[in-house]
Amino acid sequence: MSLEPQELSELKSKIGREPTSTELQIVAAEWSEHCSYKSSKRHLKMLPMKGPLVITEKGYDSGVLDVGDGYVVTAHIESHNHPSAVEPYGGAATGVGGVIRDILSAGTRPIAIFDGLRFGDIEKDQQARWLFKNAVTGIADYGNCLGIPTIGGEVEFDECYENYALVDVAAVGFGKKDKLIKNHAKKGDIVVLMGGSTGRDGIGGSQFASDSLESEDRSAVQIPDPFIEKLIIEAILEARNENVIHAMKDLGGGGLSCAISETADALEIGIEMDVSKVHTRESDMHPDEIMVSESQERMLIVTSKTKFKKLQEICKKFRIRCSIIGKVKSDNQMHIKKGKKTFAHLPTDVVANATLLDLPSKKPSYLKTIEKEKKLKTISDYSKTMMKLLASPNIASKIWVYGQYDHEVGIRTVVKPGRDASVLRLDHGKFLSVKIDGNPKQCYINPREGAIGCFEEACRNVVCTGAKPIGMLDHLQFGSPKDPEIFWTFLESLKGLTDFAKDFKIPCVGGKVSLYNETPVGPIKPTPLIGVIGLIDKQPQIPQKIIDGDYLIIVGDTKDELGGSEYFEYIHKLIGGKCPTVNFSESKKNMKSVLEIIPKQLLKSVHDCSKGGLAVAVSELSLNNQIGCKVSLDKVPGKKLAVDRVLFSESHSRYLLIFDKKNLSKVEKILKKNKTSYNIIGKFGGDKIQFVNGKKSVIDLRVDKAQKTWLNSLRDLVLHG
Amino acid sequence: MKVGVVVFPGSNCDRDMYHVLTDVFNLDAQYYWHEKSLPKNIDAVILPGGFSYGDRLRAGVIAAHSPIIKDVQKMAKKGIPVLGVCNGFQILVESGLLPGVLLKNESLNFMCEWTNLIVENNKTPFTNQFKLNQKIPIPIANGEGRYYVDDKTLKELKKKNQIVFRYDEVVNGSSNRIAGVCNEDGNVVGMMPHPERAVESEINPIDNKPSSLIFESLLSKMGVSN
Repeated sequence: MSLEPQELSELKSKIGREPTSTELQIVAAEWSEHCSYKSSKRHLKMLPMKGPLVITEKGYDSGVLDVGDGYVVTAHIESHNHPSAVEPYGGAATGVGGVIRDILSAGTRPIAIFDGLRFGDIEKDQQARWLFKNAVTGIADYGNCLGIPTIGGEVEFDECYENYALVDVAAVGFGKKDKLIKNHAKKGDIVVLMGGSTGRDGIGGSQFASDSLESEDRSAVQIPDPFIEKLIIEAILEARNENVIHAMKDLGGGGLSCAISETADALEIGIEMDVSKVHTRESDMHPDEIMVSESQERMLIVTSKTKFKKLQEICKKFRIRCSIIGKVKSDNQMHIKKGKKTFAHLPTDVVANATLLDLPSKKPSYLKTIEKEKKLKTISDYSKTMMKLLASPNIASKIWVYGQYDHEVGIRTVVKPGRDASVLRLDHGKFLSVKIDGNPKQCYINPREGAIGCFEEACRNVVCTGAKPIGMLDHLQFGSPKDPEIFWTFLESLKGLTDFAKDFKIPCVGGKVSLYNETPVGPIKPTPLIGVIGLIDKQPQIPQKIIDGDYLIIVGDTKDELGGSEYFEYIHKLIGGKCPTVNFSESKKNMKSVLEIIPKQLLKSVHDCSKGGLAVAVSELSLNNQIGCKVSLDKVPGKKLAVDRVLFSESHSRYLLIFDKKNLSKVEKILKKNKTSYNIIGKFGGDKIQFVNGKKSVIDLRVDKAQKTWLNSLRDLVLHG
Repeated sequence: MKVGVVVFPGSNCDRDMYHVLTDVFNLDAQYYWHEKSLPKNIDAVILPGGFSYGDRLRAGVIAAHSPIIKDVQKMAKKGIPVLGVCNGFQILVESGLLPGVLLKNESLNFMCEWTNLIVENNKTPFTNQFKLNQKIPIPIANGEGRYYVDDKTLKELKKKNQIVFRYDEVVNGSSNRIAGVCNEDGNVVGMMPHPERAVESEINPIDNKPSSLIFESLLSKMGVSN
C-alpha cells in the first residue's frame, strides 16, 4: 500500500527533494488506481462526453443534464467492490453514501438510487449467500433512512465472483439549473470541513481498492452513518438556497488528500490547511492518518469569511460539525500543517495528476475457440426446463430484494420496481426513466459485443417506458490491468461502448473504472455496467393489466445467439457459443418504432426480451398479470431455428408489445411504415403459459404454479439455503 | 385552515406530506422544526414519516423527547386533530399519546409494499368520510411496523373503539392485524401506512380515492369544502 519504486523516484524528481511521510501518504492515496485512473484515463477520452443537453462545470463529481424549463438532472455511478467483499453491510451502505454525496456536490437533491449486485453461485456457496443478504440489508438501511427511493437495479450470480462481490450504486439528482453550484474560489476564501468526524476507519481505502483482494483488511472499510448523511443533505441544500457555498466536494476515496488536491487543482488555487483544526473521532490521530482517513459523511466546502456565519448557523440547526480547516491561496500548492509545523507542501498538479500509464494489451487466447459451439444434451421436456429457469437465481423475481427498499418515498415513483425500468415524475411535467444493465456472461465470450449489448439493453429498458435515452453512465469493472489479456478486454469493451455512444448520439455523463477485481480463483469476468438515463416529455408507458384476448407482437429478429445465455450456462453448464451482437441500424429502427407507438397510447404493456430470451420475457408478462398466454414459435421473425433456440436466444433489439386487439391496425401501420421486422406471435388468456410450434406443444405450464416458484425461489434460497 | 407539519432531524416524508396538503388539498401547511413551538392558532398537526434520529435506540423514542412534543401534547389535549404517519405514529406511541408499541416486523426486514386497510372506526377527524369496513389500497414502508398490545389493552381498545385501521391480511404480525389506532377522544390518530403516497392517481397503481378520504375527512371536520 505505497508508491511503486519508479513512482517514488518520479515524485522526488518532480519536487526536487525527499518527500515527508505525510507527503508519501497523500501521494500514494491520490496516485492509487482508484483515485488517479492512471491505467485507464488516456483511453477513457475516446468516449463522447458532450451533447446538447450536457452541462459541464469545473470539478463536478456527477454528470449534469439539462431537462428543460430550467431544471437539471444529475447522475453518477460508483462501486464499492473491495469493501463489500470483506464487510458487505458496511461496504454496500457506504457505497450508497458516497454516490449520494457526489450528486449533492453539484447542488442537486438526490431523488433515486439504483444498485447492481453481483455475487458467486448462491445455490452452492454459503459465503455468497451471506454476502448477498448483508449487502442488500446495507443498501436498504442506508437508502431507506435517507428517504431516497431505491427504484432499480439488477442482481446476478456467477461463479466468477466466488468469495467476492460487485456492489455498484448509481444515483440521480434533480434541481434547478440556476441553483447548481458553480465551483469557484479566490484567495482569502476559507476551506471548511463539514459533517462526521474523522476517524481511523477506511484508512488506506483507496489503495486497498487498487490491489487484489488478498487480505481481509476490515479496517480499510468505512463505517456507515445514514443519519448524519441525511442531516448533511438537508443542511447543504439549505446552504445552497442561501448561496453560501462557493465550491464543494465530497470526501470519498483518498479522504482529505484527494479532496484538497483535486479541488485546488480543478480551481487552480492553493490550499493551506491545518490538521489540528479537523474534528476527529480520536484525540491522538497523526497527520498522516487524518489526511488519508476515508471516514464517511464529510463534505469539503469553500466559502468566504462573511458567508461562513450563515453556514455555521445552518450546521448548528442540524447539529452537525463544521470546522474551518484552511484557507485558499493563489500559489497552487497544497500546504498541510499542524499548528505551525509543516507536514506536507506539494504542488497540487503533481498530487492530482499521476503519470498516466500506457499498458500493453493482448487478445486472450481463450477467445479463439470460445464462440465455437459444443454439442448439447437433448431435452425432452421444455416445460421442466422452463420451471428450472424461472426458479434460477438469475431469473427468479427479485421482489425479496426490492421489497426491502423504500421505493415510494419522495412520491415520484410512477412505474415501480420489478418492471423494465422504473419511472419518476419530475416537477415540470416530464418523466425520468433510468436503468442499469450488465452482462458478464456475454462480455466474457465477446468483450466488445457484450459491452455493446449491455448498453443496448439499458436503452431498450428505458425505451419500453417511452423514454428517449439522453445520457449514459459507464462503470468498467475488470481484473488486474497489468495482465495484458485483461487489459485487452477492457479496451475492447470501451471501444464497443464508444462506437455505440457515438452512433446513437448518447453522451457519457459519468463513469467509474474499477480494476484489480481479482478473487482467490482468478479475475472476474469483464463486467462493464451501463446506466442509461431516459427522458419522457409527456406520458410514460405505464403497465396496464393484461386481459383475455390481448395480442402479443414481437419486434425484432430472433437469431441463433445463445452464447452467455441463461439457457446455455444454467441448463447446459456451457460457457461458450455465439455472443449476441447488436446490429446498429436494426436497433435504431426498432427503438424508433416503439418510441413512435407508445405516445399514441395504443399499448397496454411493453417488455424487453433479454435474460432467458423470449420464453422468459413472455412468462414474466403472464406472471405479473396472472394470466395465461399462447405463443406460436413458428411465427417468431428471423431465420428458421430449432425450438430451443427460438425460446431461449438472447438476441438484442427485441421488444414485446401487448395491446387490445382493436388497436392492431394502428400498431401495424407504424411498424410497417418504419419497415420494422415484427410479427403477431400470440394471445393472452386462460391459465396456462403455452408455447407451440405449429400444432406441437413445446411448453405447457400452469400460471399459478409457475408464479409461486418465480416469486418465492430467491427468498427461499437466501433464507433456507 | 392551518396545518403544521412537524420536522424532526431525520424526518424524510415531511416534503411529501407538505406537497399533498398544499398542492393536492390546497391547505395552508407550514413546517415546524422540532425545536420550535407550535402557534396557538393551528388547526391540525401532522407528524410525518422518516427515520427521526436514525431510529437509534428504538424508532421514535428520541424524537418523543423533542421540545415540540410538549406542544403537540397540549394540542392533543385540547382536541385538535393530530395525525402520525409511520415514524410519526412511532413517535406518538413513544410520547404516550397513543397506546401500544411498534416492534420489528415479523420478517425482521424492512417492508415496502402495497397493502389493503380496512376502516374500523369512521368517527375520527381523519376517517369521518369513510364507510365502516371500507377498503383502502395503500403502501407501507417500515422496519418496525408491527403494532403490539397485550390482550388486556387490546380488549380495551376494542371497547373504546380505538382501533382505526386493520390490515385486510396478515402483513407483519401486528396484534389483531392493527395498522392504526387513536386515543380515547379519537382526535389523535397514528397509522403505519403512508396516505401521502396514495392520494395521487399518477403514483397510485390501484385507486387513489379511498386514501384521499383521509385528508377529505380532515377538511370536512374543519368545515372546509375542497
